[in-house]
Amino acid sequence: MNHDAALAHQFDSLEQQVEASTLGMWVFLVTEVLFFGGLFVTYAVYRALFPAAFAAASRELDILLGGINTAVLITSSLTMALGVRAAQLGQRRAILTFLVLTMILGTAFLGIKSLEYYHKFTEHHVPGAEFRFEKEYAQHAQIFFSLYFMMTGLHALHMVIGLGILIVMFVWASRGTITAEYYSPIEISGLYWHFVDIVWIFLFPLLYLIGRHA
Amino acid sequence: MTSGHVVPARLYYGIYGILMACTVATVLVALVDLGPLNIVAALAIAVLKATLVVLFFMHVKYSTRLTWAVVLGSIFWLAILLALTMSDYLTRGWDLRGPAGPHI
Repeated sequence: MNHDAALAHQFDSLEQQVEASTLGMWVFLVTEVLFFGGLFVTYAVYRALFPAAFAAASRELDILLGGINTAVLITSSLTMALGVRAAQLGQRRAILTFLVLTMILGTAFLGIKSLEYYHKFTEHHVPGAEFRFEKEYAQHAQIFFSLYFMMTGLHALHMVIGLGILIVMFVWASRGTITAEYYSPIEISGLYWHFVDIVWIFLFPLLYLIGRHA
Repeated sequence: MTSGHVVPARLYYGIYGILMACTVATVLVALVDLGPLNIVAALAIAVLKATLVVLFFMHVKYSTRLTWAVVLGSIFWLAILLALTMSDYLTRGWDLRGPAGPHI
C-alpha cells in the first residue's frame, strides 16, 4: 500500500484522489451552468420578444474591444492549461510563470471590460433615468443593456474570484505545496478558469454580434 | 511519479489555434446577412469552441465516466431550462389569434 504524504487517508490511490476532487468541482460547475443559464434564458426570452431593439442595442457595443477580450481570455485559458500541465509534471518554475501569465491576461480582460463600461456610461447606455437611445427602441434597448450589465458583470465577478484563486495557487506553488503527486488544487482552479472562459464564448456572440449584418 | 493524464503541450497549442480561428470566423460570419441562420451559425461556433475547451483544456476527454455523466447532466438540465421556458414564452397568445382560436 502506497503511503504517499500527498495521499489523504480516505483514498486508495492518488489517482482516485484526483478523480474525486475533479468530480466535486464538476458538480459545482453544474450549479454554475444553471446559475448563468437563468440569465441566458432571460436573454433568449427578451430577444425573442424584441429582436429589432436587441439588434439595434447590440450594434452599440464595441466589437473590436469585445473581440480583443475574447482573444485575451482564450489565451489565458491556454496559459492556464499549460500551468496545469506544468503542475502535473512538478515543474515549479513553469507553474509560477504560467500562473502569472494567466493572471496578467485575466487582469487585462477586466481592464478592457471596465473601459467598455466607462464608454457605456459616457454614451448614456446605462439603464436608468439618464438612458438615451433611438426613440423607437429606447424602452426595449434598456432591457438589452440591463442584461448586458448583469451578464458581463456576473462574468467579471467570476473573473475577480478566479484571480483570487490563482493568487492562492501561486502562493501554494511557490511554497512547494503543489507537487506532481498533489496537483489537484491547480487542476480544479483550471476547471473554474476554463468554465469562466466558456461563459464568455457564449456571451461574445450573443451580446456583440447579433444584428451586425442588418 | 505523476497521476492523471499528461497531454503533449503541442496539443494545447493546436486547440488554441482552432479556438482563435473560430473567434475570427464567428465575427466574419456575423457581418454577412444570413437571415435566421446568423444566430444558428454564431451558436454553432460557440458550441464547437466550448466543446474543445471542455474536452481538452478541462481534460474531460481523459476523465472517468462518472465525470462524463456529470458534464452531460449539466447540458441536459440546461436544455430542460431553455426548452420548457421557451416553449411557454414562444407559444403564448397562440390560441387567442384569429377566429379559429377559442373564445376565452
